Amino acid sequence: MARTLINVPKTAGAGEIVTIKTLISHPMETGFRPGADGRIRPRDIITAFTCLYDGETVFRAELFPATAANPYLTFTLRATRTGPLTFTWRGDNGFTQTETATLTVT
Amino acid sequence: MSRSALLVLAALTAADCAAGPARAAEIPPAERRSGFDTMSPDIQAMQRDGMSNPGLLWLEDGADLWTKAPAPDRPACAGCHGEAGTAMRGVATRYPAWDAESAAPIDLQGRVNACRRRHQGAEPYPYESRELLGLTAYVAAQSAGLPITVPDDSRLGPARAAGRALFTQRMGQLGLSCAACHDDHPGRRLGAALIPQGHPTGYPLYRLEWQGVGSVQRRLRNCMTGMRADPFGYGASEFVALERYLMDRAAPLPVETPAVRP
Repeated sequence: MARTLINVPKTAGAGEIVTIKTLISHPMETGFRPGADGRIRPRDIITAFTCLYDGETVFRAELFPATAANPYLTFTLRATRTGPLTFTWRGDNGFTQTETATLTVT
Repeated sequence: MSRSALLVLAALTAADCAAGPARAAEIPPAERRSGFDTMSPDIQAMQRDGMSNPGLLWLEDGADLWTKAPAPDRPACAGCHGEAGTAMRGVATRYPAWDAESAAPIDLQGRVNACRRRHQGAEPYPYESRELLGLTAYVAAQSAGLPITVPDDSRLGPARAAGRALFTQRMGQLGLSCAACHDDHPGRRLGAALIPQGHPTGYPLYRLEWQGVGSVQRRLRNCMTGMRADPFGYGASEFVALERYLMDRAAPLPVETPAVRP
C-alpha cells in the first residue's frame, strides 16, 4: 500500500467549486534509467488516475514516464450533492490503490 | 590577445587571489539566509503548502513508527517520550548534541538509531532508509519554525573546531572547500546553479533532484563528489562535526523540516 495524502474540504455549499488535492507515494521509475549494475531498471509508473464523485467520473488522468515521483494531482469540481469521492490510481505491475473521502454539501 | 584584455585578466586573477583565503570569513548572523529565499516561487509554494509538500509522505511514515513498538515487549518511541508534538519540540534546534554514553557528539539520525539499539533492543535502521529518514524528519518537524540554537556545551568544542576546519579545508581534485563557495560566493552561480549560503535548516528534506527525501549527510556527500573528493562514509565522525559547525553557522535561522529544495 502506497501512502497517500488527500485534501477534500469537509463541507461545501451547493454549486460551490471545490479544490481537491491528492499526493501518492510512488517511485515513477521511467524505464529508461540504468541501475547500479548497468541494466535498465524496468518501468514502474502509475498510468491512470480517476476520481469518481458519487459513482460518476469527474476527473481522469493518464500518466506517462516523464511524470515526477510521488505525483501530486489537483483539480476542481462543482459540489452538487453529498456523496463519496473515490480516488483510484492504477499502474505497472498490477499496482492499484483506492481511497475514499466524503464531500458533504450543506 | 590584446594588451588591455591581458590587463583585465591579470587584474581578475589578482582579485581572485586576494579574495581566496583572506575572504573566508563567517557570514554574520543578521545576514544569514535560508536557501528557501532564493528558490523559485513554485518550489517555495510546494514547501509551504501543507498538501503539496511530498516530504509529508515520509513524515506520515515517521508518525506511524513513533507509536509502533519494535517488538511486543519493547517500548515504542511514544512509550518513553510520549506525544512527539510536546516532547520533541525544539530538539532538532540543538542537534548534533553530546552523547554521554558514546562520549561523542551525535546527530539526530544517530540519536534515533542509538535509541533503537539501547532502549528498543532493535537493529539500527540503515542510513537513507525510508524508516530512518521518516522518523528523523518527524522528530525534526516538531521544531519547525523554531530558531536553530548554539548549544552551550563545552564538550562540543572539539567537534565545532573540527567541523570548521573541514569546512575551510580545500579537498578533492578541484581544490575546493565548502567555504570557497558558501562563504565567499553565495548568491553567485556555479554553472547554472545558484550558490546558497549552505545552511542545513530543513533536513531531512525533499530534493526534487533526488525525487525523494534525503539526509544532510547525503547532501554533503553529493557536494564532496562534486568537488571530486572522496566522500566520508555515512555516520562518519567528520560528518557529525561538520553538521555541528553548520548548525552553529546557521543559527538563528528557523528549522524548516520537511523542506523542499530543487
